[in-house]
Amino acid sequence: MPTPSRNWRETPQRYRFEAGRCRNCGFVAFPPRVICPQCRGRDFETVVLPERGKLASYTVIRVPPQPFADQAPYAVGIVELENGVRVTAQVVDVEFERLQIGLPLRAEFRRVSDDGQAGVIAYGYKFVPA
Amino acid sequence: MEGIVGYGAYIPRNRIKVEEIAKVWGADAPSYKKGLMLEEKSVPAPDQDTITMSVEASRNALRRAKIDPRQIGAVYIGSESHPYAVKPSGTVLAEALGATPDVHTADFEFACKAGTEGMFVAFGLVKAGLIAYGLGVGADTSQGAPGDALEYSAAAGAAAFIFGRESLVAEVLATYSFTTDTPDFWRREYQYYPQHGGRFTGDPAYFKHITGAARGILKQTGMKPEDFDYVIFHQPNGKFPLRVGEMLGFTKPQIEPGWLVPLLGNTYSGSSPLGLTATLDIAKPGDKILLVSYGSGAGSDAFVLRTTPRLDEVRDLAPRTRDLLGANKRYLEYGEYAKFRHKIRKAE
Amino acid sequence: MRDVAVIGVGMTPWGELWEKSLRTIFVESALLAVEDAGVDKIDSLFVGSMSSGVFVGQEHLASLLADYLGYGPIPALRVESACASGGLALKMGFLEVASGVSDVVLVGGVEKMTDVNGNEATYALGTAADQEYECFHGITFPGLYALIARAHMEKYGTTREQLAMVAVKNHANGSKNPLAQYPFPVTVDAVLKSVLIADPLRILDCSPITDGAAAVILAPVALAKKLKKPVVKITGLGHATDTIALSSRKDITWLEAVHLAGQQAYKMAGRKPRDIDFAEVHDCFTIAEICVTEALGFVDKGQGGKAVEEGLTALGGKIPVNPSGGLKSKGHPVGATGVAQAVELVKQLRGEAGDRQVKGARVGMAQNMGGSGGSSVVHIFESE
Repeated sequence: MPTPSRNWRETPQRYRFEAGRCRNCGFVAFPPRVICPQCRGRDFETVVLPERGKLASYTVIRVPPQPFADQAPYAVGIVELENGVRVTAQVVDVEFERLQIGLPLRAEFRRVSDDGQAGVIAYGYKFVPA
Repeated sequence: MEGIVGYGAYIPRNRIKVEEIAKVWGADAPSYKKGLMLEEKSVPAPDQDTITMSVEASRNALRRAKIDPRQIGAVYIGSESHPYAVKPSGTVLAEALGATPDVHTADFEFACKAGTEGMFVAFGLVKAGLIAYGLGVGADTSQGAPGDALEYSAAAGAAAFIFGRESLVAEVLATYSFTTDTPDFWRREYQYYPQHGGRFTGDPAYFKHITGAARGILKQTGMKPEDFDYVIFHQPNGKFPLRVGEMLGFTKPQIEPGWLVPLLGNTYSGSSPLGLTATLDIAKPGDKILLVSYGSGAGSDAFVLRTTPRLDEVRDLAPRTRDLLGANKRYLEYGEYAKFRHKIRKAE
Repeated sequence: MRDVAVIGVGMTPWGELWEKSLRTIFVESALLAVEDAGVDKIDSLFVGSMSSGVFVGQEHLASLLADYLGYGPIPALRVESACASGGLALKMGFLEVASGVSDVVLVGGVEKMTDVNGNEATYALGTAADQEYECFHGITFPGLYALIARAHMEKYGTTREQLAMVAVKNHANGSKNPLAQYPFPVTVDAVLKSVLIADPLRILDCSPITDGAAAVILAPVALAKKLKKPVVKITGLGHATDTIALSSRKDITWLEAVHLAGQQAYKMAGRKPRDIDFAEVHDCFTIAEICVTEALGFVDKGQGGKAVEEGLTALGGKIPVNPSGGLKSKGHPVGATGVAQAVELVKQLRGEAGDRQVKGARVGMAQNMGGSGGSSVVHIFESE
């Protein structure tokens, strides 16, 4: 289950979509990494991912894991952003029948999960139709 | 001259109609619709709250302001539905926008007036020369008790305003606040739903403070109702703002562009602020706007604004309020609404 | 490196084993393998288990099981690679015998999954995915494979019916397996009407939650001959990893780790896909079997759905896949699966598979996979 420090550590990625771009070969890592998987470079600069993209694949979760027990059914997809980086995230504010590969989407700030009624709330990105 | 550099709105897509609520509680829908001048209200999804809506409204404000978020010196969210009782909403917003760490943040609370409070203080710091830009947001996902009159109108939405000294879309010409201790509507700690004084919320509360603030600012500026192109009052229902406008000598065409409540409901701390964003969406350069909020407890904040030519240049860099109000709507039945609004008691 | 043989196998029935604890389940299967091998000593123990800590709060598993096995203070190691834990325990056991460090090695796999409720089990299984960038968003394993299925259907025209046919085939095989959790046939219609888990996957596309264990005994070929056991050799081994997150893959319809592991195994064994008489593959979901048959080179890329429709991988087909019933019908106690695949390979290669016997089976392949394809291990077994 999420803990305060684990969630807090990911806020640059979850709140501001910050990725790491390898200064050597241009590979964009999201989340940022220590070593580039493409060229093994170690020198990265912070870049912000584009907020728009297309749906590359999708599903509707009907049997959720514990932290999401109340939320089912919800759609999750792999979104290919305008710069080619792909992220996994929920797709919301759209009827399941409208989901299709290629659907244009943009990122929106939402509550993703919480540690029960009394725990810390984890915020992050979800995607809505663009 | 100081004023608004960028403004933005956010309204969730889900709605519920008055008829749907009335059906469950055995109430007469037509008389509620007539009495409140209200058709339907917005409903936040479980993944939306005061913080998420504030972030999206603020991002829209930044799109119009076109400034580096690191220049924002103060971030304030005013709400009566902050997600935490202790832990600020404003810090999440500031972090999401990239305004941290060199920023002042505080959460504001004053029933439906909390939004204009944050705006007032952000503006004041800019005017005092302490900060370059200040962000004030009014946002709420307020609750009405099941079956209570307020359940028909308690809605969700957010409006954000970035104040600064240059590249304004609207100058703030004057501000005025009118406050007394009046217990018309309250919620005690650990209570889930608020309570209110019924008809006591009318004349001694809403009307007294709005007219008090409006008359105060008109006297201070030497202006009259006919000097204004538009006026926005706090909108707990469709009737009150029309009635107070009439009492003060304003006309329906002045009120109409900012009068969102019939299709939106009462977004509490977002109410008059969203009326302002809707008005800025259609105002012409040089238009004069009066904004008078109201928060139970009780008080009103008044602002006199004058739009600039830059408004025309940046208006369409972010969605217009009425487009957010009308687009992609999804109507809920009461069961799903109750689930979304956490009104169903679940196992511990 | 010495040649390594499998000289004993053991497996007890799989299912919801309320009365048996994790240690009991393991020991019962392990002792069957020891008896089958006819050995009176064990030099070391490798056990595959994905998540005993989350399911029953038990870590330090290898030591616990070595203790309860009762064969002395032997070195014991728990191997974890999500659902490939069993297959990788087999690899470690193989290396220990091949290198000469040990002569008799017990490789077992075990998982006790039914002491937690469905949502908690889904969470535990989700730890095989990227916790912060996949699970954080509410994805589940059926969800990840559903993403693969949707993309495969879009790219290659694979149909919902073809996915169902994988389940039908594996249940037909599993109905002949007395140890299977669900030893009954299902129809395409039943699959298509079963409840949705993660669109387009339905419950009959998904391997179940299972308690179970399996064990094999490894020894050098020389010892196998001395014990007068039919010699089943491990001739090929491959192991590879891929990105943990599905969204990081270049092509989410292609299982690169499986492909690389398969190539390594073929190379080591001096074999090609057409030499494989039958295979036990990781059908955690019906789409997984389709993608694996492509990655192992049994069929061309994108043709996995068509192949199952045409009966290529049926028990009587050109290359029977999952004669045991696969994960779908046999069950999927996560860490045990890779070892159970080895058990089936040995039974087939010894001619002891009864109604499920693949005729003329001499070369078998076992493919085990972790997560959404983040790791895979492939073994080739051959009878002499």
